[in-house]
Amino acid sequence: MFDQSACAACPAHNINNLVKLGIDMKNFDYVVALAGNPNTGKSTVFNALTGLKQHTGNWPGKTVTRAEGGFKYGTKKYKIVDLPGTYSLLSTSVDEEIARDFILFGQPDVTVIIADATRLERNLNLVLQVLEITDRAVLCLNLIDEAQRHRIKIDDRALSKELGIPVIPTAARQNLGIPELLKAIDEVATGIYVCRPHRITAEFRKVSRAVNDLQKKISREFPGLPNTRWIALRLLEGDQKIINALKTGELQNLAVNTVPD
Amino acid sequence: MNRLINNSKDLILASANKMRWEIGESLHDSIIEAIYKDAEKIASRVVIKDQAKPKFDWDSTIDRLVTSRVLGLPIMVLLLSVVFYITIVGANYPSDLIADVLIGKIYPWLKSTAAALSVPSWISGVSIDGAYLAMAWVVSVMLPPMAIFFPMFTLLEDFGYLPRVAFNLDGIYKKVGAHGKQALTMSMGFGCNAAGVIAARIIDSPRERLIAIITNNFSLCNGRWPTQILIATIFIGGAVPAYLAGVVSAASVVFIAVLGIAFSFLVSWGLSKTILRGEASTFSLELPPYRPPRILQTLYTSLIDRTIFVLRRAVIFALPAGVVIWLVANVKIDGISIAEYFIDSVNPFAFLLGLNGVILLAYVIAIPANEIVIPTVLMLTVLVAKLHGIGAGAGVMFQTDSISDTASVLQTGGWTLLTGINLMLFSLLHNPCSTTIYTIYKETKSIKWAIVSTLLPILLGFIVTFFVAQIWRLFVN
Repeated sequence: MFDQSACAACPAHNINNLVKLGIDMKNFDYVVALAGNPNTGKSTVFNALTGLKQHTGNWPGKTVTRAEGGFKYGTKKYKIVDLPGTYSLLSTSVDEEIARDFILFGQPDVTVIIADATRLERNLNLVLQVLEITDRAVLCLNLIDEAQRHRIKIDDRALSKELGIPVIPTAARQNLGIPELLKAIDEVATGIYVCRPHRITAEFRKVSRAVNDLQKKISREFPGLPNTRWIALRLLEGDQKIINALKTGELQNLAVNTVPD
Repeated sequence: MNRLINNSKDLILASANKMRWEIGESLHDSIIEAIYKDAEKIASRVVIKDQAKPKFDWDSTIDRLVTSRVLGLPIMVLLLSVVFYITIVGANYPSDLIADVLIGKIYPWLKSTAAALSVPSWISGVSIDGAYLAMAWVVSVMLPPMAIFFPMFTLLEDFGYLPRVAFNLDGIYKKVGAHGKQALTMSMGFGCNAAGVIAARIIDSPRERLIAIITNNFSLCNGRWPTQILIATIFIGGAVPAYLAGVVSAASVVFIAVLGIAFSFLVSWGLSKTILRGEASTFSLELPPYRPPRILQTLYTSLIDRTIFVLRRAVIFALPAGVVIWLVANVKIDGISIAEYFIDSVNPFAFLLGLNGVILLAYVIAIPANEIVIPTVLMLTVLVAKLHGIGAGAGVMFQTDSISDTASVLQTGGWTLLTGINLMLFSLLHNPCSTTIYTIYKETKSIKWAIVSTLLPILLGFIVTFFVAQIWRLFVN
């Protein structure tokens, strides 16, 4: 376990996969993915982080492709990828697949999930799904100013404890909370902050044995694979993409390389 | 060895398959259920809602109004009208000012400097009379309306109004057999058709996506708004008493825009009943909350993203177009320029459409960018009408420093109210610009659909202008 986290903390431990996904990592140390529901201000956060002026609009589904940019924090250079907004990662539309494949196969060093503070419960559905796939994430609780306007208060420290990841309230349109967000991203990327992500607790009795059984088989076949539980669940559901990835051995690319001691 | 590995992978899949049968199909649902339950639990622990009676709820009050069955569409038309009215009335003065500097002051200075340096006449012809003047024209004619129109449009977008437009139109799209999200891609097309075509990716069904792509051209784009606004100001505004001019010309631009929406319904319906038959799929559209627009930020981005972007494109294309115009006007075969050959030969056909050969030639030259249609028309008109008094000679753009001068040039060129109306119609119904055509090809990966999307609107344009011209001549003359 100790070895693994040290390894995950290496700058861009997963360069090969990222290059395969079309990400030029030439001058970057870490890669950050931006995920979130539609119209939560992902592009605004993207602009605030990168200083770029990507066009933002107040409507869902504005970003249909990946936008990329970069920023520097301390001495480290970050590449940041803005994913299309989705409500879930479970169904099969193209934009959801782009987002899911990137988080799964791209294994970004940090996934920043942007949530709309005024609609936290619904946004948490996506947050929990992302946390099933990756364990290096930061929750950006955006539109906190609107939440205040609607007299909604969110205990961000309690939320951080529940989710096991840093939670940063922001109002990206006013640039509020962006420095804190940058710091949190840096801490997760460099391994100063070790996430203990929330995993779905509900007990589905019949399934848990099957999941455990599959999980064991998968980790024997693909040693070092970090998210065997999620993959086992996907196999049980008959997710064709994951089945193919297993057949072709693509899954092995997801394994955290074991560094000789 | 390899075989062994494959076997163990197959083993995993086999046991997964077996267990899937044992678990049954409820797994997907129970996972989703578990996620929802956890989300609810966590949210209930960390969200504190003020139970006090909320203040007046602006969002839903506005929504009830602008998405109402009765008032939704009239409000949309009214809002658009106000935006165009402000644009048309406000653009006059700065237009004069810029033309005065670029064309009235800098142009003669460039000419005299070139003469003083004894630059060969064909070089100064191509560069100053062609390229520079075309560019100056684009800037003075297009910059002011854009600088007023785009920030206002962007403010509406930022405020959250566009999804409401989509909401209002969604029902109609479904009725004509297209996807409701097409209302969104159509709204994107009001900015740029190439962007609207790319945005059609949000539609999953290939059939509905194709319909959205083919009909996107019916949304007036950045490059066409200035044409509409200018021609409406000159011809429609000029045909009514002065105190009504602003209102009536704004209304006519709104009419063209709404006509475009009507055509997108009509063509979507036609396509979904013939070559792209099928059922409409359902989807949910989330209406975002209204957000107070950040005025300064909006002014900045609409200036950079739209105004400067469109202007840059116009200037980039105006430079070579200016050269082309100068060449077709000055390269002569048997004493008659290439432009005149073309114009004379298509004039009879153009007459049937209530247009003229100049306009058709301008649309051929302006395929790369709709933005340069008007400057091209003006340059060619001067050439054909031989307005030597105004300009410095054939193929040279002239000095005009106000919209009324533009009007007098066009009227000397034989333009009537009908020409103006049909140019507005043809500007709505003609082929997409080359960028959009290429984007359609890239998005559909099909030459066939790119050609259909190109020819269909031209054909419609010919039909519509033909009938308007015939009916006009029957009743008006």
